[in-house]
Amino acid sequence: MALYSEKVMDHFRNPRNVGVIEDANGIGEVGNAKCGDIMKMYLKIEDGIVKDVKFETFGCGSAIASSSMATEMIKGQPVSEVKKLTNKAVAEALDGLPDYKMHCSVLAEEAIKSALEDYQKRTGENI
Amino acid sequence: MIYADNAATTKMSEAAKNTMFTLLEDAWGNPSSLYAHGQKAKEVLEKARLDVAALIGAQPNEIYFTSGGSEADNQAILSMAEAGKKLGKTHIVSTAFEHHAVLHTLKKLQKQGFEVTLLNVHEDGIVRPEELENALREDTCLVTVMYANNEIGTIQPIKEIGELCRRHKIPFHTDAVQAIGHIPIDVVRDNIDLLSASAHKFHGPKGVGFLYAKKGVKLSNLIEGGAQERGKRAGTENVAGIAAMAEALKEASTHMAENAAYVSRLRDRLIEGLSRIPHSALNGDRIRRLPGNVSFCFEGIEGESLLLLLDDKGIQASSGSACTSGSLDPSHVLLAIGRVHDVAHGSLRLTISEETSEGDVEQIISSVKEVVEYLRSFSPIWRELTAGKKQFIL
Repeated sequence: MALYSEKVMDHFRNPRNVGVIEDANGIGEVGNAKCGDIMKMYLKIEDGIVKDVKFETFGCGSAIASSSMATEMIKGQPVSEVKKLTNKAVAEALDGLPDYKMHCSVLAEEAIKSALEDYQKRTGENI
Repeated sequence: MIYADNAATTKMSEAAKNTMFTLLEDAWGNPSSLYAHGQKAKEVLEKARLDVAALIGAQPNEIYFTSGGSEADNQAILSMAEAGKKLGKTHIVSTAFEHHAVLHTLKKLQKQGFEVTLLNVHEDGIVRPEELENALREDTCLVTVMYANNEIGTIQPIKEIGELCRRHKIPFHTDAVQAIGHIPIDVVRDNIDLLSASAHKFHGPKGVGFLYAKKGVKLSNLIEGGAQERGKRAGTENVAGIAAMAEALKEASTHMAENAAYVSRLRDRLIEGLSRIPHSALNGDRIRRLPGNVSFCFEGIEGESLLLLLDDKGIQASSGSACTSGSLDPSHVLLAIGRVHDVAHGSLRLTISEETSEGDVEQIISSVKEVVEYLRSFSPIWRELTAGKKQFIL
C-alpha cells in the first residue's frame, strides 16, 4: 500500500494556489522549522469573500498537500464559512492522512485561522 | 529506475540467489539430523562458516549465524553486559550515532543500572580514539563502536580503538553491518573481539547475519532451545540463506578493490555535483567514508518531499528527516554531528553500488538540483533566507 492516497499525491505533485499575494490583507504563518513544518497562508478578502488565497509551505508531502487542499476549499468562499474549516474536513477531502500525519491538516486549519485573525487586526472588521 | 538506497538493503547477487535456490532443492534437511540428507545440510552449513570466517580473518568456531545484524548487536552487547555484571563492571562506552540496534540495547541496560558513556562523534562524524581512552574506567565492561555509520558513511578508526581496548583488556564490539563486503575487514588486524554483520547489506538475503566472537569471549543466549551454533543460538539453521550469505560475501570480497574504486569514483562525482547546489553541505568526512555513501543537507527544504519527488523521477533514496522516521525529531546521527533541526530535516542519503552507472549519477545530480530548486520556490523558510531576514546556516 502506498504511504499516501492518490488525492494527497495529486495535491503534492500539483499543488494549487502556490505562491504569494503581494497585496494580501490577511497573512498567517504557523509551525516551526525545528519540527520540520512551516505553513504560510496569504488571503485577499473583499466584501466578506476570500477572493484569492496562496500558500508557501516548508514540509513533508502531506503538509504540502494539506495546504493545497485547504486553499482550494476556501477560495471564493465567504469568510463566515472559511472560519468553520476544520482539519478533519481537510484530511477527509484528501481521502485521509496517515495517523502520524494528521498534524499537517491541523497546521492548514491553524494557518488559515491565523490569516483571518491578521485580517481582523488589520481592518478592524469583526468577522 | 535508479536504486540509490543500498544502505537500506541491496539486491541479491545472481550467485547468492542461485546458491539459495539450489540449496532449497538439494539441501533442505535439518543439519542436526544424523541421516545423509541432514548431514548434507550440515556440510553446507559448515562450509559457509569456513568461508565467512576466512573472509574476515577469523576461525570457523568464532562465527555464530544469526537472523541478522540487529540480533548480533543485541547478543554481543547483552553478553558482555552479563559477563561484566558478574565482575561488578557495569560501564559501557559507545558513540552517539550508533544504529538503534545498539543504542536501544544500551538504553535497556541503563534501566538495569548500567552506566553508558556516548562519545562525541564531532562534525566530521569520526570518533577520536584519545577521547575514547579517556572515557574508559576500571568498571568498563564493553566498548562498542560501529565500523562505519549507516547514514553518513564515515569510517571509524577501528584498528586504533581495538588496540586501545586490547591494552586496557576491555572487550571490543563493532557493528560492521554497513562496512563488511565494502571495505577490507580483518578481525585480527583490527583487534576486534565481537563483530556484527548482516547479509542483505552485501547482496545476500534478508534475515541472515552473523556474530563473530573471538575465542574465549563468553556469549550468553538470546534464544534458548536446541544446541545449534555450539549451544549459543538455538533454532534450526537457515541453511540456504546462510550459504547464500557466504557466497555473497565471497563475491563481494573477491571484487572489493575494483568495486570500491569504481563506486568511490561515482561517489566523488555525486558529491562534486551536489555541492554545486547553493546552501548545501555534505554530511560527514569527505575522505574517510564508505565508497557508496553520499549524505547531504539542503537548507530550506524538507527531506520527505524531496524523496517523494525523486521517486516520481525514478530515483530511490532515503532521508533522515523527521517525517520519514515517523517521529518529530530528525535523525540522531545528523544531530550527533551538530546539524541543527532546521537543516537536518532537509537531508538526503544516496547509497550507490557497483550496479550504478555514470549516467545514473548524472541523472541523480540533475534531478536533485531540479527538485531542491522547485521545493525552495515555495518554501517560506527559503524566502526569509534569501530576503536576508534569516541567516543561512549552510
